[in-house]
Amino acid sequence: MSPALIPAIPFLSACILMLGWNRIGRAAVSVIGCGSIAIAAIIAVLVAVNVAGTGMQPVVQHVWNWMHAGDFQVGIDLRMDALSVVFVLVITIVGFLIHVYATGYMADDEDYSRFFACMNLFVGAMLVLVMADNLVLLYFGWEGVGLCSYLLIGFWYKDPANGYAARKAFIVTRVGDTAMAVALFLLFQYTGTLNIPGVLQTGAQLWHSGDPVVTMIALLLLGGAVGKSAQLPLQTWLPDAMAGPTPVSALIHAATMVTAGVYLIARMHTLFAASPVAMSTTAVIGGITLVLAGVSALVQTDIKRVLAYSTISQIGYMFLALGCGAWSAAIFHFVTHAFFKALLFMSAGAIIVALHHEQDMFKMGGLKKSLPAIYWVFLIGAASLAAIPFVTAGFYSKDQIIWLSWSAAEGSTGYWLAALLGALLTGMYTFRMFWLVFYGEEKTHVHHKPGANMMAPLYILAVLSTVAGFMELPHTLGHVTLVSNWLQPVLPAVRLVQESAVLEWTSQALSALLAFCGIGLSWIWVMRRPRGMVDFLEMPAIQWLRGCWARGWDFDEIYDVLLVRPFVYLSKVNRRDVIDSIYAGMASFAELSHNIIARTQSGLLRWYIMGVVLGAVVILSVLIWRIYE
Amino acid sequence: MNLHPTTTGLLLAGILFVLGLISVLIRRNIIFMLLSVEIMLNAAGLAFVVASSHWGKADGQVMFMFILAMAAAEVSVGLALILQLYHQFKTLDSDQASKMHG
Repeated sequence: MSPALIPAIPFLSACILMLGWNRIGRAAVSVIGCGSIAIAAIIAVLVAVNVAGTGMQPVVQHVWNWMHAGDFQVGIDLRMDALSVVFVLVITIVGFLIHVYATGYMADDEDYSRFFACMNLFVGAMLVLVMADNLVLLYFGWEGVGLCSYLLIGFWYKDPANGYAARKAFIVTRVGDTAMAVALFLLFQYTGTLNIPGVLQTGAQLWHSGDPVVTMIALLLLGGAVGKSAQLPLQTWLPDAMAGPTPVSALIHAATMVTAGVYLIARMHTLFAASPVAMSTTAVIGGITLVLAGVSALVQTDIKRVLAYSTISQIGYMFLALGCGAWSAAIFHFVTHAFFKALLFMSAGAIIVALHHEQDMFKMGGLKKSLPAIYWVFLIGAASLAAIPFVTAGFYSKDQIIWLSWSAAEGSTGYWLAALLGALLTGMYTFRMFWLVFYGEEKTHVHHKPGANMMAPLYILAVLSTVAGFMELPHTLGHVTLVSNWLQPVLPAVRLVQESAVLEWTSQALSALLAFCGIGLSWIWVMRRPRGMVDFLEMPAIQWLRGCWARGWDFDEIYDVLLVRPFVYLSKVNRRDVIDSIYAGMASFAELSHNIIARTQSGLLRWYIMGVVLGAVVILSVLIWRIYE
Repeated sequence: MNLHPTTTGLLLAGILFVLGLISVLIRRNIIFMLLSVEIMLNAAGLAFVVASSHWGKADGQVMFMFILAMAAAEVSVGLALILQLYHQFKTLDSDQASKMHG
């Protein structure tokens, strides 16, 4: 099976759906929209089996020459190696489940066809991104993902706020994209190629560890990754991206878009490994982001925004792992996160639909009785997100990161403490949401229950959110290393400095304990509400702090003051176009002169004679004066 | 005051020319303007004649013949234009014919 078919089929069906617009019936749109992703998933599985069968030899397919100028040659080359196989499988399988779910969620939408066209395009662009063999094609997919996120976040474009959120996502990620483009230019200048294997090979020969050039390139690439993956300081677009329909949020958070940054860093890992500065910057960004976003998630009232902040926080874990050199741990967390976050988003979407598009958690409550099926799948997702030990996928992936952030050669105690704090926060905000939604008294009545096409993907994802964790078990618990073995040909194993089973046990026990503490605290906070805590929370300073956290640490406000308002002011000053006024001045001077001279053309014959006489007098005077000079 | 005949003649020509010019400028009746132009023309002719007598050559006299012929032609064209003007505007005031202004 040809790898090129994997992105080609979603692109083709996107074209069909776009050109067909609303002439294609809903049933046909569902079949085309979901079927294309299903076929892509099947082909992806076949290619993956093929890759595994040939001793992890990467499959490279040259489709055609894209551009060729001098030494610069770029082809549409697709590459399936261990890393891209993992991403392609997750994107197509989770993407397929989200599409199936969307047939239920979007059933009443008037732009059903446009929705599936954009979703297919989104999946196709993401597949190009992860399968590209050269950085130009990767950048093409990268921008395609940005475009589709714009189209889908602003899907309900009649509300101006949605259009604003879409533009915000597009512009904020564009900041990172620019950094990445500069990195590509630098890479081409120094290595003379943009083929990923070529760049990595030449780069390894060209640069020693800590070379300023490789540091700069790695930091610029990190800038691109930070923009797409919504990490500090470009994280502000993601919470607003909740303006889109819920399947879009699930797709952005689980399968496409935000994981692109993780993929980019993993793909270019030799460049990062050659630069200690870039590594520690990545880890620090991840560590700070996971804590800040976790705190923000604690005080949200909108169920989707809690999940948005939790995504930022979990991607922060992945960045932390990448920054510690624990490449495969980051990819493992990406896989489990894709499963449980898609599950959480889609069950949240099912709740929202069941409650007449109510998203405020404080207006939900008591849904355990009325939506028991959702209750159970949501519990599985939440448990996985909060990393409940032994039975959830999130526990194994997250604990690996927590342990490696300390024990890896590039790790440090600071990272470890941040990761542990993140574990506490994750337990708190996840179960705060859980208690608020499913316990307490019922505040909004359920008006209809989700259909089978919405529930089936949830059951599948609930199973995956549990069993996916057993692909990689720590040394202390069974020692299964399927994921890291699989990724071995592409991503080197993490270098450990501490290999003590006792310390590993301690770390695991501590993080599990903190997760349970978080759950317990959230129970006290939401359900028991002791008098002292309520008083404490009502204090003005605490109220202000909670407001600040709820607004995402006021990053929007800061950017507004620092960037948006000066820009608006400058453009207001320059509204008349200062430089252009020189040319406009010349034109208006000519016009003024014209008006003055035109005044003399009075049509009065005697004035003309006067003019002639004056002219003659002047000429004669000059002549006479010259003669007598 | 003992003036050379040439000087006297040229002075007369100059005075005539200036008189004609002034009346072209201040008259509004187009017939008078045409007359004044004729006076200026004759002043120029007088200057030619005076100059030819000064140098004792016939060129200036000949030139005056040309000027006379040209003046006759010019007057006929000018009168025809004046008639047309009067036909159009029912007046001989040249300021009324000021349609061609900017």
